[in-house]
Amino acid sequence: MGADIFAWLVQDGITNGAIYALLALALLLVFTVTRVIFVPQGELITFAALSLAMLESGRVPGTVYILVFGGLAAAAIEAVVALREHRLRRLPRIAMLYVALPLAVAAAVWWAAPRRPDQWVQVLLVLAMVVPLGPIMYRIAYQPLASASVLVLFIVSMAVHYVLTGLSLVFFGGEGLRSSAFSDAKFRLGVVDVTAQSLWVVLASLVIIVALWLLFERSIYGKALRATAINRVGARLVGIPTVLTGHLSFLLAAFIGAVSGILIAPITTLYYDTGFLIGLKGFVGAILGGMASYPLAVAGALALGLLEAYASFWSSAFKETIVFAIIIPPLIWLSLRSRHVEQEEEE
Amino acid sequence: MIPSRVALMLFAAFIVAAPLFLSAYQVALMNYIGLATLISLGLVLLTGVAGVMSFGQQVFAGLAAYTTAVLTTKYAASPWLGLVLGLLLVAAVALFLGAITLRLSGHYLPISTIAWGIAIYFMFGNMELLGKHTGLPDLPPISLGGARLDSGPRIYYLIWAFALVLLVAAANLLDSRSGRAIRALRFRAVMAESFGVDTARLKTIVFLYAALFAGLSGWLYAHFLRFVSPSAFNVNAGIDYLFMAVIGGASHVWGALIGASILVVLKEWLKDVLPTSFGASGNYEIVLFGVLMLLLLQRASTGLAPVLARWTIAPRRRAFVASSAGLPKREVVAAGNPLLEIQNVSKRFGGLVAVRDLSFSMRSGEILGLIGPNGAGKSTMFNLITGVLPADGGTISFQDERIDGMAPSRIARLGLARTFQHVNLVGGMSVLENVAIGAHLRGRHGTLRAMLRAERTEEARLLAEAARQIERVGLAGHVHDAAGSLPLGKQRLVEIARALSADPILLLLDEPAAGLRYAEKQALAALLRRLRAEGMSILLVEHDMEFVMGLVERLVVMDFGEKLAEGPPAQIQAHPAVMEAYLGGVA
Repeated sequence: MGADIFAWLVQDGITNGAIYALLALALLLVFTVTRVIFVPQGELITFAALSLAMLESGRVPGTVYILVFGGLAAAAIEAVVALREHRLRRLPRIAMLYVALPLAVAAAVWWAAPRRPDQWVQVLLVLAMVVPLGPIMYRIAYQPLASASVLVLFIVSMAVHYVLTGLSLVFFGGEGLRSSAFSDAKFRLGVVDVTAQSLWVVLASLVIIVALWLLFERSIYGKALRATAINRVGARLVGIPTVLTGHLSFLLAAFIGAVSGILIAPITTLYYDTGFLIGLKGFVGAILGGMASYPLAVAGALALGLLEAYASFWSSAFKETIVFAIIIPPLIWLSLRSRHVEQEEEE
Repeated sequence: MIPSRVALMLFAAFIVAAPLFLSAYQVALMNYIGLATLISLGLVLLTGVAGVMSFGQQVFAGLAAYTTAVLTTKYAASPWLGLVLGLLLVAAVALFLGAITLRLSGHYLPISTIAWGIAIYFMFGNMELLGKHTGLPDLPPISLGGARLDSGPRIYYLIWAFALVLLVAAANLLDSRSGRAIRALRFRAVMAESFGVDTARLKTIVFLYAALFAGLSGWLYAHFLRFVSPSAFNVNAGIDYLFMAVIGGASHVWGALIGASILVVLKEWLKDVLPTSFGASGNYEIVLFGVLMLLLLQRASTGLAPVLARWTIAPRRRAFVASSAGLPKREVVAAGNPLLEIQNVSKRFGGLVAVRDLSFSMRSGEILGLIGPNGAGKSTMFNLITGVLPADGGTISFQDERIDGMAPSRIARLGLARTFQHVNLVGGMSVLENVAIGAHLRGRHGTLRAMLRAERTEEARLLAEAARQIERVGLAGHVHDAAGSLPLGKQRLVEIARALSADPILLLLDEPAAGLRYAEKQALAALLRRLRAEGMSILLVEHDMEFVMGLVERLVVMDFGEKLAEGPPAQIQAHPAVMEAYLGGVA
């Protein structure tokens, strides 16, 4: 392998690794705060990427339907709960958040899509469509089962994943889409051409990682999330509502998912179900990092990106086998290290 | 309400008669249900009962299916050889994967099972030998006693014979010595370990069974369809099997059957109905399927089996023969010999020193009290002695044998039994079954005999012993009650009965009198004195001074992880440092 191919693979690996790192962080966040293994993250990536590609071609992406009808469903559930508890004063807020807001976003997309706005407007529209799906999803599917076992929550995740994959096929069809690059510029760095798109990906990932760090360290909401992650019961006892941290972690995860989708859309052709595999690679990255520490999860995800790049170069048929089998060595290591007996918290 | 035996007979009769009135298509559907039942039955044991989540069962089915496919199509081997070698391969892979994942905490497992599921799926799809993505066609049918099982209705009886036998075997297993240990794995692993259950080994065994069930299903599948391709063994298939177990009721053996029936039928039905009503443009069935699953989970998150069982099956009480011959007992250790020796033991949790340089010793036949204010490190000391926590420094010896660094299950073998400060009973099990866990090490028959019901004599003895100990602590009226339904004070007595069933040399009691009423405390004190008279040694952590002072010969007082004082009760009561610690300074 020549130095140029080597360097090109490094670039490719780091670009993908940066996206896996973002996903690993989101998955870790959601898992530690809510115990949900957030499989539908993959669909959020798909929705964001395919919506961007559709906006670019002047079409209205089906994501708006998911947003509006999801919002209505969540509003209906909230309204029933509010009526049952005789807290009618919550109704306007519910209507605002779950009905008016999605409708406003949908209207903006309907209006803007045929006019082919600038790319950054498209990106904003995609974020406005995809990010609210996180909290809506939490409200509909997870909140009623917030205290169920990890197993049941995982099955819920799979059910949501099925629903969204099905909808994804309905709205985006079976054909692959790809959006145009944010910039076609290239820089010569030693022997290799660095594309501006990879720089975008890496930069955006860095900005988000730093922003997350600031959020966790400095803001009261971030601290509430951390407290819940460390000790759920304790956090509730000091007055941190489970519902709030649940919504918040899903909001952040959806944001990260959407950004990942936007970043990856110009790099690879995405199909309606591609997000699932990408999301899983985020998981593998998180596992490589031990599923507990954020910096290690980032390192694990970068390593995974590099490995994937080389695996696809050496043996493209067995690429996925290699990428998913890579978790075996760290598992062996972790297994040899652990000795105490585990039990789940409560029945 | 019908008794469970009758329900089983009725179901078996239905299975035997079904092909007589079902269409060929419906029989094929029944075959799929039987095949799925086998896999989700493994998941009920593994995930629902033992708490080990796996999305990788289709891998084992695939390994067995491909093994038999390659052997029978390329080497013209008999399908039965394919079964044997397939199951051997499955067992080898399961032991390897189990070894690297089962010791890890909960969240690694589901993801790593998905990961290996994907890895092996792509391997199936890319290997020349396995026919790549198109798969391997033209498998021969299974021959059984001269009959060629070459059509759906013919292989039907083989599939369902396996399914029924294994359903009953799994139910037998859960209702046995090993079964009680398996049922404790999920929420009470520390407790099970403290009574001698090698939890890591037991998890591996359950994992192996689940893998073999899946392998069997894969073999049957390959010779039923007579064709294998990777698509039947993709990750979604693995997820579906777990769906089945959860929907059916993951902690009930029959939940596997219920879940498999519902999922297989629902998926077929949705495939048939939806395209005609919505047009064939998208795959709406998967959307509707997901929505139905969500609704079902939100309505009944424990699955359907418990709900159905409540309506139809009469609850069964575990019978036991009180007059059953006793279990062998340990030799009584002569009083006055060195028993427990603790030297310079320390334990830190991050920056907090829970136990600092603590030393004390105990002789056999003694009741030693370990007292101290809240947070003094008493319970940590208990966990260090029993091996639940590893010590950071110092040595612990029991009867002149070093036990620090040993696994709790090995320490239990030496004759230590304990109770827990936070009651550690298996909620869904009766008092009798909970207490019988204590006698785990006094039985020896394993999972295979339990499945075949070939351990009933020993089982009767274990239960009789448990019943005796329950009577001894004064709970004879509660033998069949669910352990979780008792008030806290009585649950503590159940803990003591469980520890006594282990026939220990040294009994460690962590706050046994908390939550008891005056008369109950008197009775407990009398019981402990009687035990001492019989030659048992007791280490007692307690807050109730009146209770402790009247009972023990010696006291060790701890404060902030250090030993404050040691001596007979009268001396301790007058000790200035002790009064300082308890009363905040001598006035």
